[in-house]
Amino acid sequence: MTGTATPILELRDVVTCYGRIQALKGVSLSVMPGEIVTIIGANGAGKSTTLMTICGITPPQSGAVFYQGQRISGLSPDLLPSRGLCQVPEGRRIFPRLTVRENLEMGAFFRRDKDGVQRDLEHVFSLFPVLRERRRQRGGTLSGGEQQMLAIGRALMGRPRMLLLDEPSLGLAPLIVRHIFSIIERINKQEGVTILLVEQNANLALQLASRAYVMETGRVTMEDDARALLANEAIKKAYLGE
Amino acid sequence: MSTTLGSRKVWLYWAAGMAWFYLLLWPLMGIGADGAVSFADSLAVWGYVAAASAALLALRQLHARGAFAAVTSPLARGLAGAKTGMDKVPPAVWWSLALCIAAALPFGSGRYVQDVAINVLIYICLGLGLNVVIGLCGLLDLGYIAFYGVGAYTYALLSIHYAMPFWMALPVAAALAAVAGCIIGYPTLRMRGDYLAIVTLGFGEIVRLILNNWMALTNGPNGILGIRPPTAWWPSFEGTFGFELIQMKKLTALYFVILGLTVLTTIAVHRLNFSRIGRAWEAIREDETAAELMGVNTFRLKLLAYATGAVFGGLAGAFFAARMRFVSPESFTFIESAMVLAMVVLGGMGSIPGVMLGALALVALPEVFRQFELYRMLAFGGAMTVMMLFRPKGLWPAKRFGARSEEMD
Ligand SMILES: Nc1ncnc2c1ncn2[C@@H]1O[C@H](COP(=O)(O)OP(=O)(O)OP(=O)(O)O)[C@@H](O)[C@H]1O
Ligand SMILES: [Mg+2]
Repeated sequence: MTGTATPILELRDVVTCYGRIQALKGVSLSVMPGEIVTIIGANGAGKSTTLMTICGITPPQSGAVFYQGQRISGLSPDLLPSRGLCQVPEGRRIFPRLTVRENLEMGAFFRRDKDGVQRDLEHVFSLFPVLRERRRQRGGTLSGGEQQMLAIGRALMGRPRMLLLDEPSLGLAPLIVRHIFSIIERINKQEGVTILLVEQNANLALQLASRAYVMETGRVTMEDDARALLANEAIKKAYLGE
Repeated sequence: MSTTLGSRKVWLYWAAGMAWFYLLLWPLMGIGADGAVSFADSLAVWGYVAAASAALLALRQLHARGAFAAVTSPLARGLAGAKTGMDKVPPAVWWSLALCIAAALPFGSGRYVQDVAINVLIYICLGLGLNVVIGLCGLLDLGYIAFYGVGAYTYALLSIHYAMPFWMALPVAAALAAVAGCIIGYPTLRMRGDYLAIVTLGFGEIVRLILNNWMALTNGPNGILGIRPPTAWWPSFEGTFGFELIQMKKLTALYFVILGLTVLTTIAVHRLNFSRIGRAWEAIREDETAAELMGVNTFRLKLLAYATGAVFGGLAGAFFAARMRFVSPESFTFIESAMVLAMVVLGGMGSIPGVMLGALALVALPEVFRQFELYRMLAFGGAMTVMMLFRPKGLWPAKRFGARSEEMD
């Protein structure tokens, strides 16, 4: 890659194992700054494992992960948010017994600039007004949709340059899903946050993204423009339910 | 009858419960050491328990139908009024009041009361320390008493070999306990839940066995005698005015030492509760992976939780050695860990006043039940069960663990 087009995130031949099971069998992908890229695939294809490997929670056995041109595989996971790499994990994983506000503050845990954190809190509240109403409520008592908003808001509190989103539409009503996707688009367009989106809802994801990777049993089997994949017959059959 | 005393179903449950209770009670009381079988004693005790519980149940049923409304509703209104009034008083006032009462306690009370009070305070320190590990960070530690033991033996050895004064040995005991906390914490940090509990249980036993078997250092099961009590500079008026170094052998003086340690522990735990570190501990307790994704170094913070808890245990241990002036491995058995854990759970996890109440209840109750002699522990177990049934979240549940940012809004 030349200097003009350095990917913000790049995986080179990443292999990740859980015990003896290989969950990723040599995954390579790259994301350019400012892009929305999506990973689609069936259950158990290794999408979540890919995101967890990027964040260092399940370190790769071989291969390497590069972020902003630097190798980050092998780094301790807690160092990544401060470099602007944040994840909204699968199943939201908010802190159930902390209040909404405390959950959001945890997203800014590594930050020391109190004023900036306060401003970002207001920003998240303006993106998701329902969170402002519920700020004193325990996170675990929110509805599924509100929890997803909280999870996204929490990640935004770290002022990410790159946001990894794992199935933000999981278990949500279509109206809420559309709202959340519009927010994701806004974060990307207005704030220039690069987004890597893992989705089961391939239709929506492909409409939002510019490029997509298709994963099957631990491998990337296809890579193309999102438009092209939407028109692809095989993809239509397998993932778009047509 | 059943129409006035509530549904028949409740009484059926009661009858079944009582039958079951007798089945449990008879093997305990009805079989003598020589194999003789009798029913009189067990039936008498069973009769008392059955009558008392029937009376309580009847009252409860009547209450549920509003039979006492004339008395209870003004009472409830009065209590609610008092509560809103009490909520207006800042907590600092309540804390100072509690401290004043604690400080006044040794005056005008006998040795016995002072002795029990010292025990309560020691257990409060231990409970607060364990609360950091369990209540805040969510790590189940079944070998906590090992740190108490490390603190106690540290002071004991420093005192008899080097005649080191208590106040100088105190930080050493705390530091060594922290090191022990890290040693125990380090290999267990990758474990979660049940596994962690078993491993900490094992470590607690290892420490006790070392104390028991390292004859050259610890004098084994015979323990260490001749530990010096704490010292203090006291004003003396003989001849010219000055200060003299006295040994605090009096129970009253020792009471104030442990009261000071308790206040110190309480303030430290309170501040930790409301700090950035406390918030990170809570996040780890709630969801470790999510906490890691937020940039929390879970490894370092869990180790810190262990070490912090151990420090408070070590301080209490050093005091224990100075107060008894004798230590032996017997004081640091698993049952002690279990007691401290019970105090934290019974009082209310994560709640400082809760842990204090828990310690008070679990030290004071066995004293109250002394009159039952043989059945003391049975009554104690029963009381604990009843407490947990009626207050499952603890005697004084935490409003919310840790910092409450809603108060800053
Ligand atoms: N903690 C774990 N221990 C063992 N195996 C695991 C673990 N987590 C995931 N796996 C296995 O790794 C493979 C990939 O799982 P992963 O969660 O990455 O799939 P996914 O593509 O995210 O699926 P889904 O769409 O259902 O979320 C699966 O076969 C799964 O069984
Ligand atoms: Mg997944």
